[in-house]
Amino acid sequence: MEFCGGHTHAISRYGLEDLLPPGVRLIHGPGCPVCVLPIGRIDTAIRLAERPNVTLCSYGDLMRVPASKGASLLRAKAAGCDIRMVYSSLDAVRIARAEPQRQVVFFAIGFETTTPPTALAIRLAAQERLENFSVFCNHVLTPSAIQNILESPELRDLGRIRIDGFIGPAHVSAVIGSNPYTFFAEEFAKPVVIAGFEPLDVMQAVLMLVRQVNEGRNEVENQYGRAVRSAGNERAKADVAAVFELRKSFEWRGLGVVPYSALRIKRQYGAFDAERRFGLEYVPARDNPGCQCGAVLRGLKQPTDCKLFGTVCTPENPMGSCMVSAEGACAAHWTYKRFRDGARTGT
Amino acid sequence: MCLAVPGRIISILGEDPLIRSARVDFGGVVKEINLAYAPEAQVGDYVLVHVGFAITVINEGEARRIYADLCKVAGLELEPVHAESSV
Repeated sequence: MEFCGGHTHAISRYGLEDLLPPGVRLIHGPGCPVCVLPIGRIDTAIRLAERPNVTLCSYGDLMRVPASKGASLLRAKAAGCDIRMVYSSLDAVRIARAEPQRQVVFFAIGFETTTPPTALAIRLAAQERLENFSVFCNHVLTPSAIQNILESPELRDLGRIRIDGFIGPAHVSAVIGSNPYTFFAEEFAKPVVIAGFEPLDVMQAVLMLVRQVNEGRNEVENQYGRAVRSAGNERAKADVAAVFELRKSFEWRGLGVVPYSALRIKRQYGAFDAERRFGLEYVPARDNPGCQCGAVLRGLKQPTDCKLFGTVCTPENPMGSCMVSAEGACAAHWTYKRFRDGARTGT
Repeated sequence: MCLAVPGRIISILGEDPLIRSARVDFGGVVKEINLAYAPEAQVGDYVLVHVGFAITVINEGEARRIYADLCKVAGLELEPVHAESSV
């Protein structure tokens, strides 16, 4: 299983599965933080952006994700909300500095790669005593998701899906290092190979995994040595530890409620916590009943198993996050693989 | 989402560790990138950039080693590595 959306994309784009012998199958995991963000959190952000004095800053990835009742950040923006797409958390800080009369809220999402930039933005805002800046924090943790999948009944007891090894995320690992995966390799007896995003990186990692399986080993190996060290990025980790703490639980789209899998802002930086500042309440929302994003994220179903895929749900009109995010399994399948499916069935 | 892009540092600005930044060249596109998480980065280094931050300096020795391994796997002669074309 590859965990990271970047790997899903590389595998689909370069047709890597076609290069592999029949005995080796690649299963897509939930590694796209856009895909695992529950609809209810986007609903909360839209409700916040509807306040007249709020400027909501968001990464581009989130703008088109469908929320409840056909809403999205982009549609809310079209309806008049002040929602601005930013490249970096520091852009949101710049906006807060330049427009002191606006309440600027940064919609923070992402795994461990993206968390340090949010930590730095909060530290900078604290240093400058920026009173009109806050963060709506939705950062999630990779090891918790891997553990959740490995402990799921379908995998553990029912044997419905079999995973022999993991292709470990590239840039999450550049931050957290290779050490955190040792627990999984040992506890669940599965090899982990951290891989870069180039197609040759992925192929080399698959080769390393196959060798481990054949030799009966379950170790953590690092194919991406040019960017990943065993300890990771100490400064980035220290900043995250200074600003954030674990939430007891957090809802993940497709995985349900996962304990100790997400971060919230610590009390000493509480002034910059949008949930505290605005008294935000989370209301869980249901996915479209036909949407199979949850099963796809867990490797239980392929995109083509979903009735909505390619009919109602397309990149132009995405119903769920697996299609709207460029790294989602459904978007990758649509962009790179459906022609192959058509050719095979002769349609 | 977690894709980071390699770029080459062409100049560095600022001393305060929180806001020390660099002008980074991504094959022709130049952006100002925060260096707080890559304090050892120098002009000429390649950094991996994610959402406006350098998350690591790319280790040239490791890059060459992987390149050599891949050439071996493919049974290829080891070709000279050009700085601009490989990461």
